[in-house]
Amino acid sequence: MSGVPARIVVLGGGVGGTLVANLLDKRLGKDAAITVVDPTGMHDYQPGYLYLALNGANAHWLSRDERTLLRGGVDLAIEEAVRIHPDAGTVQLARGGSLAWDYLVIATGARLVYDEIPGLAEGSHGFYSLTEAERLRAALRTFSGGKIVIGVAGIPYKCPPAPVEFAMLLEEHLRDRGIRDRSEVVLASPLNRAFTIESASKIVQPIMRERGIQLETFFNVESVDPSAGIVSSLEGDKLEYDLLVLVPPHRGQDVISDSNLGDAGGWIPTNRSTLNAGGYERVFALGDATDLPISKSGSTAHFEAPVIASRIASLILGTAPAENYGGRVMCFLETGNGKATVLRFDYEHPPVPPEPSRGWHMAKWIFNRAYWETVPQGRLPDRAPGTMPKEVVR
Amino acid sequence: METTTVTTTIDARGMPCPGPLMSLIGAIRQGQVDDVIEVLSSDDGSKTDIPAWVAKAQHELVEVVPEDGYARFRVRKVR
Repeated sequence: MSGVPARIVVLGGGVGGTLVANLLDKRLGKDAAITVVDPTGMHDYQPGYLYLALNGANAHWLSRDERTLLRGGVDLAIEEAVRIHPDAGTVQLARGGSLAWDYLVIATGARLVYDEIPGLAEGSHGFYSLTEAERLRAALRTFSGGKIVIGVAGIPYKCPPAPVEFAMLLEEHLRDRGIRDRSEVVLASPLNRAFTIESASKIVQPIMRERGIQLETFFNVESVDPSAGIVSSLEGDKLEYDLLVLVPPHRGQDVISDSNLGDAGGWIPTNRSTLNAGGYERVFALGDATDLPISKSGSTAHFEAPVIASRIASLILGTAPAENYGGRVMCFLETGNGKATVLRFDYEHPPVPPEPSRGWHMAKWIFNRAYWETVPQGRLPDRAPGTMPKEVVR
Repeated sequence: METTTVTTTIDARGMPCPGPLMSLIGAIRQGQVDDVIEVLSSDDGSKTDIPAWVAKAQHELVEVVPEDGYARFRVRKVR
């Protein structure tokens, strides 16, 4: 191809947006002018919040300047996108002006919506943002015993294993501090099992029983009464707490709803294979922003990004787009005591998690450390999307 | 023959477990007392998950209508 480079705008500088931009730049070079638009210009490693809350990570390790993660050929605009006009091929910016595009990638992620649950903001702690995780760490430092209730205040939410992991790691944390015998740990699950995925529940529930972590099922948080220390469920149950740790409800970003591109939750209707958004040939979506029935996680975005990069490159170079997303996700699940398991699945194959081991815990730890130098740049070796490891296909 | 008037239909066919149940819970959250929510689900897990949740939450499972490759779960919001 020669002539005017194709204009590609990527909304969002998280794992999905950054990786798509870098892969496109690597593939297309001067055939594309790529701009990442991000309101903060900072890139957070969100899986680290869990460890920070339990005093196992430093906040400085969890955030980097987005510019340092993008290849030299990719521009970064620190701007907030407020309207997407798919038919005109433009994105309107909060500070005025707009960007024109030939191809648009929407990687705007999810937002946390505290005001949907009465009492949530005042009465609960969390680990779904850096601020929340730091506040929870401070609360745990002064916690000397009592009842800790962990729950979920809405589905879908990011990183489905996180509440179970938090319960496991918290129980270990209390033991290490010598206050376990004065504490109760309760996991209140919205479902009739500990975890959304049944095979993973079968692994974690016996461990929870062994460690004395109580499981309260079908508990969909409806309200929190901070003065009484009571959390109530939609099902009509109530739990008393001394410390409440809740995953807040999630919704798509305002720019999606304001552009009439989202469903009732603000999630973008996305083709499950091609990742085209809203039926537009030149608009794609990935990561937490989509309505796909698959985990909202960095891993999902990581496996979707090469598909989008490949399809856009094909459209620009005039070849037939061939790559499809098969729903591949891989995530670790920490079970405490220095062990973890791993969940690998796709649209067709539910996960078959192995018994927790030190090896998978080490793998997670290495991944945490290696993230900044591997994932955003597309350096992590990967098999073709849609293929699964041997233990899953059986 | 008496027919049920459905207030809202959610097409959750193709959605893996627990998607259909969570869609139902979301609709019950948003709905009014006496609304009938209909969930179309092709997931086998719904056959146990949805009735179990409806009983726990003290709503009414009006009927389960088997169709070709999926089922219609009709649930009345009682409270």
